[in-house]
Amino acid sequence: MTDSTVTAPPPKRETKSLIYDPKARSIFFQVLTLVGVVVAVMWIAHNVSSNLARTNTASGYGFLNGRSGFDVGQSLIAYSSDSTYGRAILVGLLNTLLIAVTGIITATIVGFIIGIGRLSKNWLIAKLCMVYVEIFRNIPPLLVIFFWYSGVLAVLPQPRDAIQGPLSTFLSNRGLTFPYPIWGDGASVIPIAFVIAVIGAIGFAVWQKKRQMATGKQLPTGWISAAIIIGLPLLAFLAVGAPLTFDYPVEGRFNLSGGGTIRPEFVALYLALSLYTAAFIAEIIRAGIKGVGKGQTEAAAALGLQPNKTTQLVVVPQAFRIIIPPLTSQYLNLTKNSSLGVAIGFPELFSTGSTSLNQTGQAVEMISIMLAIYLTISILTSLFMNWFNAKMALVER
Amino acid sequence: MKKTLLSAAIGAAVLGISSAASAATLDDVKAKGFVQCGVNTGLAGFAQPDASGAWKGFDVDYCRAVAAAIFGDADKVKYTPTTAQSRFTALQSGEVDILARNTTWTISRDTALGFNFRYVNYYDGQGFMVPKSLNVKSALELSGAAVCVQSGTTTELNLADYFRTNNLQYNPVVFEKLEEVNAAYQAGRCDVYTTDQSGLYATRLALSNPDEHVILPEIISKEPLAPAVRQGDDKWLDVVTWVGYALVQAEEFGITSANVDEMKNSTNPDIKRFLGTEADTKIGTDLGLTNEWAYNVVKGVGNYGEVFERNIGQGSPLKIARGLNALWSKGGLQFAPPVR
Ligand SMILES: N[C@@H](CCC(=O)N[C@@H](CS)C(=O)NCC(=O)O)C(=O)O
Repeated sequence: MTDSTVTAPPPKRETKSLIYDPKARSIFFQVLTLVGVVVAVMWIAHNVSSNLARTNTASGYGFLNGRSGFDVGQSLIAYSSDSTYGRAILVGLLNTLLIAVTGIITATIVGFIIGIGRLSKNWLIAKLCMVYVEIFRNIPPLLVIFFWYSGVLAVLPQPRDAIQGPLSTFLSNRGLTFPYPIWGDGASVIPIAFVIAVIGAIGFAVWQKKRQMATGKQLPTGWISAAIIIGLPLLAFLAVGAPLTFDYPVEGRFNLSGGGTIRPEFVALYLALSLYTAAFIAEIIRAGIKGVGKGQTEAAAALGLQPNKTTQLVVVPQAFRIIIPPLTSQYLNLTKNSSLGVAIGFPELFSTGSTSLNQTGQAVEMISIMLAIYLTISILTSLFMNWFNAKMALVER
Repeated sequence: MKKTLLSAAIGAAVLGISSAASAATLDDVKAKGFVQCGVNTGLAGFAQPDASGAWKGFDVDYCRAVAAAIFGDADKVKYTPTTAQSRFTALQSGEVDILARNTTWTISRDTALGFNFRYVNYYDGQGFMVPKSLNVKSALELSGAAVCVQSGTTTELNLADYFRTNNLQYNPVVFEKLEEVNAAYQAGRCDVYTTDQSGLYATRLALSNPDEHVILPEIISKEPLAPAVRQGDDKWLDVVTWVGYALVQAEEFGITSANVDEMKNSTNPDIKRFLGTEADTKIGTDLGLTNEWAYNVVKGVGNYGEVFERNIGQGSPLKIARGLNALWSKGGLQFAPPVR
């Protein structure tokens, strides 16, 4: 912006007009720009308020406490048409986060595999991975979503002909229905045991690292941590007398009733966004790995490291530094693309938000709420990834 | 870069002075030479582009009647397809002059959303459609069903209330766009399709196998479908209201698009007043139109009965009976205040 301030003004020019002083000129234009921006913002604000007055649409956020009156297909928290608009938005937000978290995890794993696959020495694997990337990168995400949704609906049978899977699960075009766990008395010790186990596992890993530094001896940390994390909650579960029953799905007149259901809208959106974003992540991974100098691998080989140890200890940590910043923007993209779920009726934030908007007519308020929420999610994701990036960079040096 | 930003800001500030939309929609419409009409995205019989891309339908003919009243030419209309969600923003923002899109007149739309309704062009109610194979005879048997519905409608609210008051469970499958609701129902994603009865007839026709679906007898709500305009413009509200009443009044008088020229010679004082042949009449000009306004409406699109039968009644594949939409004199609710 202030590109002209770098050079100092020539001394002889002092007597001449300020117009020739780059510094003064720069300040002048910056002030002008600022005034322009302020005028524009004021104009927009004025327009909004006068238009709201003109269209007689009352303003304010009080409507959030009103009864919503509409039902939502899928919710992580208790919700009915008696709940408030505020709660409807919360339901949407949680569904958005559900898609974002599950989608990001899957996209990262698939992207990693495809990205590394593209670098494979096996011609077939490398080409298959390339085809994957080219297909998904060049199709708009909305189309991918529709593809999965109509695919899911076309392939799966009607509920009356549901495919019965193991453990009383049923698969039909209404979704995957499964026995829903109902926890009894004392079950609350299980999550507590889980938290303790995680802390214990971290402590163990730290201790083992110190020991390895001091003595050079290694323990199978991964296996032992896994045993702690699974074992302790399991012990707690048995200790309080296994307080678990299941709500089994039963065949009703129209659908299976009871049990839990993973709806096809969720599955389609989740698969579409994961697989779509994975294509981009694969390219980022590939670029990251390629970005690590060949000398590093050669040096590791010269030190006698096995090829997979070389990848694990030398290449990947350095590649991470290159990978994380663009990875962040893919995570943000996936989260924002989740709003396309409205097209297949997945009740994410944009969907429940726009329904609330339409039922109340509070357009400015609802849009501002949705903007603020998406912005907050994005900023939090960025902050986390920046923190992670800084941490990786430090570890590497 | 700074310069363009700056000029944009100044430009915006200047434009700001002229952007406060005026409340005189009739003058705006006359000045631009056409009526911008918000219709639905494609509902057989109500508003749908035909093979040549021309919009046809019951709601479309109402827009054409308004254009005929103002310009003497029913073709001076431009259409904006709107979804259930986008329709209100389109009207509030001034993108359309009228919303004629099977929109239910409710108190909150009249007040909180800032609209005005007065003339009901179709009295409707919400119903349910199910595949015949399910063997359902009444909506009260629907507990546990998955129900397809369009979001942002009164339909989804009535649905929630009906199932709640009757203690029935259901599984809402909600889409924003009509074609998505249709596709999901067709694919068997849901067992039941619910919307206004008129919409059910239109939707059933668009299915690949209309005969395999039945519409259940229950009507669970009142859906007076009415054209909407923005609040605060009484003159425009008067025009769009009286165009609607003119259609109804013409039917009551027995004036049709075929005999309207002949009727101009009528000696009946009511008809003379209506068609603007009375000496020194001011009825049309007081409305902000010409005295031939009602003549132009009937000449342009016909009377209410003609419009009904052509688009959704016996002259159409929908074959909807007049029912509540018969004239008041024939046991229906269509009633026009006197033109005098
Ligand atoms: N009358 C109801 C429902 C109107 C409505 O949106 N009906 C649907 C289903 S028949 C429709 O016309 N959709 C056409 C479209 O979205 O283009 C309302 O005003 O909320």
